[in-house]
Amino acid sequence: MKKKVLKPAKREQLLGMLYSFPMGIWFTVFFTVPLAIIILYSFMKRGLYGGVEYSFTLEAYKQMINPSFAKVLVRTLWISAFSTILCVLIAIPVGYAMAKSKHQTLLLFLIIIPFWTNSLIRIYAWISILSTEGFLNSLLIRLGIVKEGLHLIYNNGSVILVLVYMYLPFAILPLFTTIDKFDFFLLDAARDLGATKLESIVKVMFPNIKSGLSTAFIFTFIPIFGAYTVPLLVGGKDSTMIGNIIVDQVSKTRNWPLASAFSMILTIASLIGVFWMLASAQREAAAKNKNTPQAYEQKVRAHHRRGKR
Amino acid sequence: MNYHSYSKKKRASFSDTMLVLTILFLFVPLFVVTFFSFNSAKGMQWEHASLIWYKTLIFDSPSLWLAFKNSIIIALTSSITATVLGSLAAIGITWYRFKGRSYITTISYLPMVLPEVIIGISMLIFFSSVKIKLGMFTIFVAHATFNLPFVFMMVQARLDEFDYSTIEAARDLGANERQALMKVVVPAIMPAILSSFLMCTTMSLEDFVITFFVSGPGSGTLPLYVYSMIRYGVSPVINALSFVMILGTMLIAFTFRRFLKTAAAST
Amino acid sequence: MKGVEVTVDRVTRSYGDFKALDDVSVTIKRGEFFSLLGPSGCGKTTLLRIIAGFDYPDQGSVLFDNKDILPIPPDKRQSNTIFQTYALFPHLTVYENIAFPLRLRKLGKEEIDKRVKHYVHMVQLDDHLYKKPSMLSGGQKQRVAIARALINEPSVLLLDEPLSALDAKLRQNLLVELDDIHDKVGITFIYVTHDQSEALGVSDRIAVMDKGKILQIGSPYEIYEAPATRFVAQFIGETNIFSCTVLSCEPFENEYMIVVDVPALGTTINVPDLEPQEVGSKFDFTVRPEKIRVTLNPPRSTAAGLNVFKGVVEEPVYSGFQSKYYVRLDDIPTAPLMKAFKQHTAFLEDGPDIEWKDSVYLSWTAVDGYLVKDVDQ
Repeated sequence: MKKKVLKPAKREQLLGMLYSFPMGIWFTVFFTVPLAIIILYSFMKRGLYGGVEYSFTLEAYKQMINPSFAKVLVRTLWISAFSTILCVLIAIPVGYAMAKSKHQTLLLFLIIIPFWTNSLIRIYAWISILSTEGFLNSLLIRLGIVKEGLHLIYNNGSVILVLVYMYLPFAILPLFTTIDKFDFFLLDAARDLGATKLESIVKVMFPNIKSGLSTAFIFTFIPIFGAYTVPLLVGGKDSTMIGNIIVDQVSKTRNWPLASAFSMILTIASLIGVFWMLASAQREAAAKNKNTPQAYEQKVRAHHRRGKR
Repeated sequence: MNYHSYSKKKRASFSDTMLVLTILFLFVPLFVVTFFSFNSAKGMQWEHASLIWYKTLIFDSPSLWLAFKNSIIIALTSSITATVLGSLAAIGITWYRFKGRSYITTISYLPMVLPEVIIGISMLIFFSSVKIKLGMFTIFVAHATFNLPFVFMMVQARLDEFDYSTIEAARDLGANERQALMKVVVPAIMPAILSSFLMCTTMSLEDFVITFFVSGPGSGTLPLYVYSMIRYGVSPVINALSFVMILGTMLIAFTFRRFLKTAAAST
Repeated sequence: MKGVEVTVDRVTRSYGDFKALDDVSVTIKRGEFFSLLGPSGCGKTTLLRIIAGFDYPDQGSVLFDNKDILPIPPDKRQSNTIFQTYALFPHLTVYENIAFPLRLRKLGKEEIDKRVKHYVHMVQLDDHLYKKPSMLSGGQKQRVAIARALINEPSVLLLDEPLSALDAKLRQNLLVELDDIHDKVGITFIYVTHDQSEALGVSDRIAVMDKGKILQIGSPYEIYEAPATRFVAQFIGETNIFSCTVLSCEPFENEYMIVVDVPALGTTINVPDLEPQEVGSKFDFTVRPEKIRVTLNPPRSTAAGLNVFKGVVEEPVYSGFQSKYYVRLDDIPTAPLMKAFKQHTAFLEDGPDIEWKDSVYLSWTAVDGYLVKDVDQ
């Protein structure tokens, strides 16, 4: 057997590729290429029976300015923003209480069970509660509070309620993780120096859990912005969101370029959110890593670890 | 670690109250469906306790069982694929510098952050443009794709806290590259590999939106079956099925309990 | 004889703009206990990792008994390493950790058992064989790491700050044990540390490093008593150090008596040196605090070239076996405080207590001061 000694840098190249390329290729074929196709299709002419004709046009983007679509776009924005803010506002005290609790595992368990339960089952549970002959109405009638079933479902209110229900854990979990790492003695120090409890939380804790807050916002906003099942199943005629339009354009109207154009909007909005989040996380990390000797030592050690040449 | 000076107060604080209310909010709907699954009547008026809907669910729902079988097949195949590819990639990305590294890192986060509708639509359009028939295979591909980022992230997180000197120690003591991988790295990151595998199966069994786009005739999964039933309104059989699925989730979360924090950190 | 001679020849290693090792050469003798001593980031760990095979020099070579080892991967080298973080395999028990290298070599069960038991006994872990690393204390983990590194019977043992994660008492005990093990196995030890007392205590020779260069190689005595540069003098132990200029140089017994001008002290000082020094050349003058006598009365000694200063104790620090005095000199209030250490002895011989704001005399004989090169800016 001939033994060839590879230079470390070359070996590293080879091993890295060997380990990582299977996944890289998988993502390229089944994620990058499909996404590229969507970008391409959004600039093409609509085919007669679905599909596209290969000629460049901005037709799809012009169609989006159509007032009925614009209305949906605006509605999607405000419903998503409102639900996200609600989620985060609830999640802050909840994450704080969880981080301070002695029963973290139990609480995580309790938050995660509804979170991992099938999403359709959870939507269905709300339908069975809110519908005209549902649990809430029959309870109210039995208690004699109302005579007839109320219209609690198939409106924007029910959409927001169920969206908050579905995506609340997305806000709670990152906030819990960051607050859990927060040094609670800093709050004592702030109180000691004269801050009230609220002041100590707002002025000392919030600046230190910024990355958790931005993650909570983004991770809640993006899926809500692209929600499809919730408006479909508990929304009324006037609660459709972008997700529903995209699906309709694909499966009913068969207007692929328009569906692609709407998908582009969703994708770009999501990417902006994600990059904003990553940037704020990076700023935070950079602020912590000043040019201390320790940081220098760590830098050298990191070089060692990765054997960078 | 945990700090309790504030909880010394007897009076329940605002945050504790919010926590209790939130957990109630999260569980009330689940309790309602569970409760009515034991109702003998069809509607949401309680008559008397009965297991009749469970009987229907188990003995009189052949299409449900078919869907369940499909779901299990997809969940296992896609999870195995994702776990193997994702773990290998995490090792490569964490320990080596090579061309294409940053591309792979970036591309592996995106499927996790884009709305599901986008993944579903793009896959649907992709499969129809390359003329692959929608069915079990396309569902498998889609599930493996949305599972991969989670495996990659969870295994990478474990590798990051894993002391690299341990591998150098193995090499130093006479292990070659492959032996160091198989005898030291893989056993040490096994908990992360197993938990990401479990997470994959859970997400695969749970997914509706993406599956909805890439499924074909005869390849319906359990969530698709549930969808077709709830479109017709409230049904007590669905109540029974819900309870069974909630129990299943609890079981998975329970086996997961040691990794709940890791899972929470990677969502 | 066990052990090999390790030669590092003109090794350079850069990480981007940062030169971790800058043209470093050193020869470590067979069976020697050799320390690489220096502050964080001085390149000592990089050098160790290159010898172990985890890093690769940009230039230069590393030889074991005159054989180039750079092309050999770490698993085939005759060296084994004790890592700073212990690097025990978390999924294996103490026994399995130590047996790991033997199992790789596919030795027989009995042979493995015999050898593992031997080394386990040597590091006194007989009672912990079947525990996982997470159940061990820091000191026990370190012992496992030692046994595991020795079981392959390497020719060179590389120790990367092996005691830095342990508390002071334990560090002392393990250091003595390491020295003992070195005597028993007789192989070459290369020990990396930033702790001068560890290095002084056990090494045959020490290389003091800073900014990727070796500043001085010598026995602990040489390093402490005759530091080659200002950095070495300050890094090893405590000292008083001042810039100075040579005023005159006369032969004196077998050496030369040099008179230097020390602007910070506002006076001249006598220092003997082995070499004649050119008048007008710049040096640093240094004298160790324990060499300075602190007395309430003027010193009676009449030794040639006695240096005497008068001052006030600004800060006495009592620490049991000794006291440290920080003294402001009377004539030059702007001068830095002089450090003078007094070792306490038997009660009757110890002399009167010296207290805060006492007027004292500081004196040292010329031979206790020395000149060092000021090369490290």
